[in-house]
Amino acid sequence: MSRVAVIQYPGSNCDLDALEVLQKVEKTKAELVWHKDLKADDYDAYVLPGGFSYGDYLRAGAIAATSPSLKIIREAVEQNKPVLGICNGLQILVEAGLLPGAVLRNSGLRFVCTWTRLRVETTRTPFTTLAQKGQTLRIPIAHNEGRYYLDSNEIRELERNAQIVMRYVNEANEPTEDANPNGSIDNIAGICNEKGNVMGLMPHPERASLRVLSPDGRDDGRMIFDSVMRTLNPAGA
Amino acid sequence: MSNRTYVIEVIVENKPLARDPEGETIHHNLIIKGGYNQVTNVRAGKLLRMSVEASSPDQARDLVKRLCDDLRIYNPAAHTCQVRNVG
Repeated sequence: MSRVAVIQYPGSNCDLDALEVLQKVEKTKAELVWHKDLKADDYDAYVLPGGFSYGDYLRAGAIAATSPSLKIIREAVEQNKPVLGICNGLQILVEAGLLPGAVLRNSGLRFVCTWTRLRVETTRTPFTTLAQKGQTLRIPIAHNEGRYYLDSNEIRELERNAQIVMRYVNEANEPTEDANPNGSIDNIAGICNEKGNVMGLMPHPERASLRVLSPDGRDDGRMIFDSVMRTLNPAGA
Repeated sequence: MSNRTYVIEVIVENKPLARDPEGETIHHNLIIKGGYNQVTNVRAGKLLRMSVEASSPDQARDLVKRLCDDLRIYNPAAHTCQVRNVG
């Protein structure tokens, strides 16, 4: 059975939610691992959960990005293992240079906690293999620093490389300004590295993986975890 | 030359093309509203003031410049970083 590590940083607070989904919904062998205790690349996949590591001091994710756990995670990335960063996890991966760009304070200068619509832009990552391109997902966000930023020429390169995985969209599935909750450039909600095995997203799929937790009885976040499990166990073992 | 303590300031701002909603809000909702129309732009940033032991002001500034790059005190994708001696 695949082993998945949920890495816990000082200030992580969505670690148990991610663990619960992996253990109880995906029925996988998932473990909570304190970041300093991650000594070797012993797992098949890694989740960097949401929260406020090191109090978001200096910049969200900047201090956790220097944790020794990132050395192990870099090795895992080299081995093509899936690495998923959710919210603060995305911020850490960006600050560690495993994903491009920066995540800045929301354009509205407020913490935003709301359900969003996301359009899946690529199915090439291990986190979206079970999605349809253009499919809409309902997944919530909860953050103060979620405004993804990259220079416009670099955004074009991301687009060319199919590294934009999800965008915030409206009910017509269009990435409009009204549908953009935080001022992210090009409505970007999730990105991946060039290889596609590292994905970071601001929305919280672990909060949308049980029907009972969603206002409209959906469990769209589960697709992301289901996809990883399918990638790790192609035969459904 | 013997070491002494120098004070170095690091100023981190969003790049000119990255919007700065905090600066915009201070500008529009405080400064312009308060009647100071001569102010045409405000950028908010982060200031770090470091006391550094070094043998000269240049050595102190160079050390801080190096640590800013090494430890990613700023994110070059979105920020500019100025380092200056203040004492």
